[in-house]
Amino acid sequence: MDGNSAIGEAAIRAGCQCYFGYPITPQNELTEYMAAHLGKRKGCTFIQAESELAAINMVFGASVVGARAMTSSSSPGISLKQEGISYLAACELPAVIVNMCRGGPGLGSIAAAQSDYFQATRGGGHGDYRTIVLAPSSVQELADFTHRAFDLADKYHTPVLILGDGMLGQMMEPVEFKHEAPEVLPVRSGALRGAKGRPSRIIKTLSSNPADVEELNWSLFRRYELIKKEEVTYETFMVDDAKLIVVAFGIAARIAKGAIKNARASGLQVGMLRPTTLWPFPSQKVRELAQNTKQFLVFELNMGQMIEDVQLALEGKGEVSFYGRPGGVVSAPNEVLRVITRLYYQKGLEK
Amino acid sequence: MKTVYTHPKYLKKVPFHYCPGCGHSVIHRLIAELIDEMNIHDRVLGIPPCGCSVFAYNYLDIDMTEAAHGRGAAVATGMKRAFPEAIVFSYQGDGDLAAIGTAETIHAANRGENITVISVNNAVYGMTGGQMAPTTLLDQWTTTTPYGRDAKTAGHPVKMCELVAVLDGSVYVERTAVDSPANIRKAKKAIQKGFQVQMDNLGFSLVEVLSPCPVNWKMTPVESWEWIEKEMEKVFPLGIIKDTTGKKDAD
Repeated sequence: MDGNSAIGEAAIRAGCQCYFGYPITPQNELTEYMAAHLGKRKGCTFIQAESELAAINMVFGASVVGARAMTSSSSPGISLKQEGISYLAACELPAVIVNMCRGGPGLGSIAAAQSDYFQATRGGGHGDYRTIVLAPSSVQELADFTHRAFDLADKYHTPVLILGDGMLGQMMEPVEFKHEAPEVLPVRSGALRGAKGRPSRIIKTLSSNPADVEELNWSLFRRYELIKKEEVTYETFMVDDAKLIVVAFGIAARIAKGAIKNARASGLQVGMLRPTTLWPFPSQKVRELAQNTKQFLVFELNMGQMIEDVQLALEGKGEVSFYGRPGGVVSAPNEVLRVITRLYYQKGLEK
Repeated sequence: MKTVYTHPKYLKKVPFHYCPGCGHSVIHRLIAELIDEMNIHDRVLGIPPCGCSVFAYNYLDIDMTEAAHGRGAAVATGMKRAFPEAIVFSYQGDGDLAAIGTAETIHAANRGENITVISVNNAVYGMTGGQMAPTTLLDQWTTTTPYGRDAKTAGHPVKMCELVAVLDGSVYVERTAVDSPANIRKAKKAIQKGFQVQMDNLGFSLVEVLSPCPVNWKMTPVESWEWIEKEMEKVFPLGIIKDTTGKKDAD
């Protein structure tokens, strides 16, 4: 199954009731999958919206009444969705947003890139907020993380982003779905369903009193601290004796893994840290690894964005190098292997 | 003794923040009365706009959610599709509806979304201090048309009712005003019809209400009612613009 369709099937099995989309490459397979498979399900809705703005605001509306809702797009479309994501975060509403990232800036290219790391992990829209960002690197993970995204969104009342790329979205791999679609669609408690037998409810953020908005920010901040404590996930690969650790996420991590295996075959002690949550970032794990390893190589399909989180995490207790290809150009494992090998010997790690 | 006038059940007992002579308080009251009279309080969901009437949720005692500027019809679409038993209405100003939210409004209407849009047209951006709205009349003074609205540089007043009426998905479109007791009663009837269209699953309804903004118009309340009648209604004629409800069967 292709990655985009796998997200769609996983979303349906997670009880997603509403999908609102707008065509953009390279994520159209997801919109098409939902048109074919979600819209016909009882009580479920598929709409091809008039714009990304409309789509994210439809998600907002569906979330207001307590439904599990999602939208997807690719980089330029995700920029348009930022208004709605900020409102979702401010109104403490769950939602799942998929970004099959392509080369930017501007219209850019339709090939795989990771250039939206900053946008994804820093909130993305206006105001002081964060969204949970999951970074899968296989079709199986696209499916598993989609389910997790819905659960996290409901648990923390926050939008959750799945940051993939054009290659992940369109590659075909076997995938196992671990859940059956629920018979009864979940409705979140506390949603607006009419003030029957209870006082009326308001979902809002605007206040003429800045102190109210300050309190909202503190409340979000406390929740983010909890998320940072509870929800960090990552994968490590051959780090125990590593003299050099490659830090990479998503499709770049898969490329790096191939390179690392070859490096190991040549006797180089290289390992990898692959964050599967980009926010919250596994800073603690980076620090822990730095107790034994002083050399880090960050490899991204951009000009260097996650490298800042690695540097922040290390607090100067390790040396960080960078290799990246932006704009939709994807490195081959051999290219990364050359970078690893050169760095390994430059730093004298063979000694 | 017969009660002829009382505080509506679903209007909270708090003073309005609206300026003297503003039409919002009248329209809020009409909606509150209808929610009671039509017995829909337990399933009505409202969406106030960005603008002066964003605070509608402080007055209407019903479930309400904020929406981003212009996105009322998209948010209403999501709410109604996910919870079709609800009666969903958005309450939007002219800038909200006819400038930043034109796409959302037109496409919700075109899909025939089963929602009711109540659009309050006061020909200016009220909350931000009286700038030109898409509905500002030609030659009208606003803070951003200090020499009067010039069609050559600022375009013409946008008539959303007429735009929405040409779409096959809209079934009921009426323009009303709150410039006289007789028109206020007509406005109430139009909103009632809009809610009824939705309860009968017939499709998209739009009720535009011409409403005074005396402070930004630099007029007294009485002058502003006269201005609606003499100037606004020439450009925005009152009445039913479209009604195909009799021709459509309920789903």
